[in-house]
Amino acid sequence: MIIQTIMFYVLAVGTVGAGVMVIASRNPVHSVLFLILAFFNSAGLFVMMGAEFLAMILIIVYVGAVAVLFLFVVMMLDINFAELRAGFLQYLPIGGVIGIILLAELVMVFASGAIEIEVPTNVASPTPPPDEVTNTQALGDVLYTRYAYLFQGAGFILLIAMVGAIVLTHRRRTDVRRQRIADQVARDPKAAVRLTDIEPGAEGTWKSD
Amino acid sequence: MLACCVIFVAVVPLLPLGLVLAERKVSAHIQDRVGPMRVGPHGILQTLADGVKLIFKEDHIPREGDKFLFVVSPYIIFACSFAVFAAIPFGRSILVSELNIGIFYIMAISSVIVMGVIMAGWASNSKWSLLGAMRSAAQIVSYEIPIGLGILSVVMLAQTLNMQEIVKGQDGIANWLIFRTPFTFIAFFVFFISSIAEVNRTPFDLPEAESELVAGFHTEYSGMRFALFFIAEYANMFAVSAIASTLFLGGWHGIVTRRAITLGGLLGVVIKTLFLVFVMMWIRWTLPRLRVDQLMNLCWKYFIPISFFNILGVGIWGLIFPKDSRLSIIISIAAIILGLIFTFGVLGKSLSKGPKPPPSSAERRVSATT
Repeated sequence: MIIQTIMFYVLAVGTVGAGVMVIASRNPVHSVLFLILAFFNSAGLFVMMGAEFLAMILIIVYVGAVAVLFLFVVMMLDINFAELRAGFLQYLPIGGVIGIILLAELVMVFASGAIEIEVPTNVASPTPPPDEVTNTQALGDVLYTRYAYLFQGAGFILLIAMVGAIVLTHRRRTDVRRQRIADQVARDPKAAVRLTDIEPGAEGTWKSD
Repeated sequence: MLACCVIFVAVVPLLPLGLVLAERKVSAHIQDRVGPMRVGPHGILQTLADGVKLIFKEDHIPREGDKFLFVVSPYIIFACSFAVFAAIPFGRSILVSELNIGIFYIMAISSVIVMGVIMAGWASNSKWSLLGAMRSAAQIVSYEIPIGLGILSVVMLAQTLNMQEIVKGQDGIANWLIFRTPFTFIAFFVFFISSIAEVNRTPFDLPEAESELVAGFHTEYSGMRFALFFIAEYANMFAVSAIASTLFLGGWHGIVTRRAITLGGLLGVVIKTLFLVFVMMWIRWTLPRLRVDQLMNLCWKYFIPISFFNILGVGIWGLIFPKDSRLSIIISIAAIILGLIFTFGVLGKSLSKGPKPPPSSAERRVSATT
């Protein structure tokens, strides 16, 4: 029990601290790396709550794909750090006010009891209790049966996004010769290579036929 | 479990050292020479000598680079390459932790290796390192997809993500998941080749090839930091082969059903894994390197459609044969053998005829003058 409390505090402080460093860091690459740290700590918190599938998916998708994408973009940009950080003090009051308003809204919503933190025991849950089946199986049971069409719809939307991105940025290059690998692999050595005997010191040109 | 932890921590870091020596000997014999022979009997202690040499090299950190990231990225790659071993079962009771999302954990941890690569390339403050790191990261991230889809086809058959449960269902060679359906047979080869690409081995080692970009993301590293990258690469190779042998080749089960398994299965896993590692080394010293657009082409246009086809096939197979029985395995092995005969016999013969003969000299002279 004490270990869990310590781990929770370590992970929670890590998440919040990494989040703060994302915006406070001077170097955008450092910001993205702190974001990755925040993802890792959140995955740890998920594991502590018993949602290990979600934790691993978080790492695979966010750290392995989304953060890599961020890093690609941030590293390839031409960033002038000093220019970015200028004007910080000028915007601090407005930013602070917006932040305080959001915090007050969050606190009001949670304190008023409109959101139930405890799962009510008299509501029939669509998934079997977590100690009977694994996390993955419980998710799969619901997601691929009751919500299968929504799942396919989400997949479709992602496919359209991917195709759209390719359509928008694809250029056909006219100055590049494409290779046909099947033709290259199927080349007959007898037609491609010819062995000739040349006497050493012989005069004359290399006959091309 | 604690004993297993201690043994793992003690033994697993020594594996890459042996593999480095094995690589040098294997490459030597493939190239018709003998390899290192001076240090120790038949050169066995060569890796030790290499390690001592690397420790004594100057530790140079690029001046304008990001010092913290430069120092930390080898640690990340090293740690993640070794963290994968925690979920691989090496025997009936020889595994560090039996995670019920074992294979997912492995995929997650291998995704973090990309982070280390990009950090290494960026922190070196060198054009070549950055380009090499980007190429390497793009390659690793692309080839994770066929790996994940290959794992998916195995998990669909085994009905569990738990590595130990996956192995327990592969009692005897006829029950190996590679022979369970003809689609997992294809999936094994796609998985294995994608794993070779994932660990940046030839023929996919453009990011770290000597003639390209000096040495890619680990150009600026010297001494023990480079040794960490090197060891991590071989550990990654071993880990990926161990995963392939666990998922597809029966893990710690033997060839005969319910036979007494030597050393709790350790010998079986090690033999299968070392065989796959040897195949990786063999491929490295036999095949030429792929260009980066060729390897991207291979992944996105060939491996991913084949992997999707595999998943579809495994799904349909699961509908036709809900429970794996002798009949389904016999049909699957027959389909595999027929498929191999068709591919190598019929298709191979027709492909080796070639497209068309090259134009004769008369035609060439005519076309050159017009």
